[in-house]
Amino acid sequence: MSWAAWAVSAPLLGVVLTLVVPRRLLALAALVAAAASSAAAVGLTSEVWGRGPFRLHLGGWGAPLGIDLYVDGLAAVMVLLTSTTGLLISAYAVSYARDERWSARAGFWPIWMLAWASLHTLFLSADLFNLYIALELLAIAAAALVVFAGGLSALVAGTRYLLAAFAGSMLFLLGVALLYAETGSLDLYGGEPVTTGGTALVLMTVGMLLKTALFPLHFWLPAAHSIAPGPASAVLSGLVVKASFYVVVRLWEQALAGSATVVGAWLLGLLGAIAVVWGAVQALRQQRLKLLIAYSTVAQLGFLFLLFPLSRTSGAADAWQGALFHALTHAPGKAALFLAAATVLRSVGSDRIEDLRGAVSWMPLTVLSFGAASISLVGLPPTGGFVAKWHLLAAAVDAGHWWWGVVVLAGGLLTALYLGRVVRVFFVSAPAPSIATVPRGLDISTLLLAALAVVLGLVAAGPLTLLRIGA
Amino acid sequence: MTTFELFALTGAVLFALGFLRLLTGTHLLRKVLALNVMGSGVFLILVATAYRDAGAQPDPVPHAMVLTGIVVTVSVTAFALALVRRIHALSGRAELDEPER
Repeated sequence: MSWAAWAVSAPLLGVVLTLVVPRRLLALAALVAAAASSAAAVGLTSEVWGRGPFRLHLGGWGAPLGIDLYVDGLAAVMVLLTSTTGLLISAYAVSYARDERWSARAGFWPIWMLAWASLHTLFLSADLFNLYIALELLAIAAAALVVFAGGLSALVAGTRYLLAAFAGSMLFLLGVALLYAETGSLDLYGGEPVTTGGTALVLMTVGMLLKTALFPLHFWLPAAHSIAPGPASAVLSGLVVKASFYVVVRLWEQALAGSATVVGAWLLGLLGAIAVVWGAVQALRQQRLKLLIAYSTVAQLGFLFLLFPLSRTSGAADAWQGALFHALTHAPGKAALFLAAATVLRSVGSDRIEDLRGAVSWMPLTVLSFGAASISLVGLPPTGGFVAKWHLLAAAVDAGHWWWGVVVLAGGLLTALYLGRVVRVFFVSAPAPSIATVPRGLDISTLLLAALAVVLGLVAAGPLTLLRIGA
Repeated sequence: MTTFELFALTGAVLFALGFLRLLTGTHLLRKVLALNVMGSGVFLILVATAYRDAGAQPDPVPHAMVLTGIVVTVSVTAFALALVRRIHALSGRAELDEPER
């Protein structure tokens, strides 16, 4: 059996396992499932590294009635990223769930494993309809992760998120139906890019932008991402929003590249640029840490969409590497920020930025993680964020489209402003408030995620080579 | 107008009506139903697609998609309705508050 099949089945088996084991074995079962899913992802990556892109007919049934999986460098990188970040978030969640006050802690594991399985399925799907299924499963799991916080505002945020995601899926499915009526094929990797299907592409793209929360379709994101419990916020902001971006990349750069117009690509880039500025301005205005980080996601997602105008210029190779590397490095970075915020919230009982003065003296490791992840998101060398921004900048210079370069630089500066504001508050000297002690495991997982966001810059050659396999 | 075109057009109109109601409706039940009307529109288009070459054997692939799509839509709808009921139980009304400023 190929590793691709295991990458989908391992987290699915994890759903069942974490549902049936007795409460006292739950943490162990969750860690076993997370480790198995990660091992499958590593196996998959080495498989694609060795033999190049390949296709797998599940159960021996070929498309269109069977389900095909397709693995190339990009798919493998996304799966590897999901499972590495996911494993560390799981480790955090095990410590986090020790607290009796979190009443939904038993339900968290099956739902998070379902989200994990949906993400792997989505990245490996070879056809558009299977993508739709993965998107819907992901929507259910993601909305459930939001409402786990409990309370009316979490319910409202989760419901708004579910309805937005549901509408996005319907737009996507309508596009799929039109495309099938026109071409009679659902294959994402059928060889020649399809040149018909302009309407289908627009419908599918709008549906995906709704799920990725690209400005101005981000209305649901700040509330949903900030209100979710800590580990869920990290999953949603670091991983889930990347899934629908990945679909847009597959459609615009590969499967439907023939009907993707330059005007459309510029529009995506423009919305991305507005998101970078708008998200940052909103982040600067927030008084609560988790909301600030959620608006930061709105801004950081904007960078990804600079890919589309730049990939139609002479800077295409750099744009591809820069945007996708940004998607990679943002995942552990943003997860670390949200987990650090969750640790702070648990220990102080508040995430009002005002209340966190002097945090460095009473929770130094949490502050260290937050700072390291911030440096990567800002894009200072030698971090992963630097490599991503460097390639985007090189693409803009190469293409002679300096204005996209200005967006990258201004975006980095704005990120430094709003994250710097938080870090500065951490270092103000203030008397320590009465704080609850938190398990050491929280800080260790967060620190590892932040370290990953930094170290990705030093070992960038590996993922960048992998991204070129089959591209 | 062929049968395929008639059904496909009806599906498109249903989708548009549902989408409009999703945007303008405030009651959550209405929004969930609007999404289901959108879904029915897509399914109608897919079923019609199976019959796009009149007289030939119907294409089984869109049928399989519609069947799967209905199952998925029912599940999402059930979850959405559960959330709506919970919101109603907690707040006494079934509406989303104004988006945060």
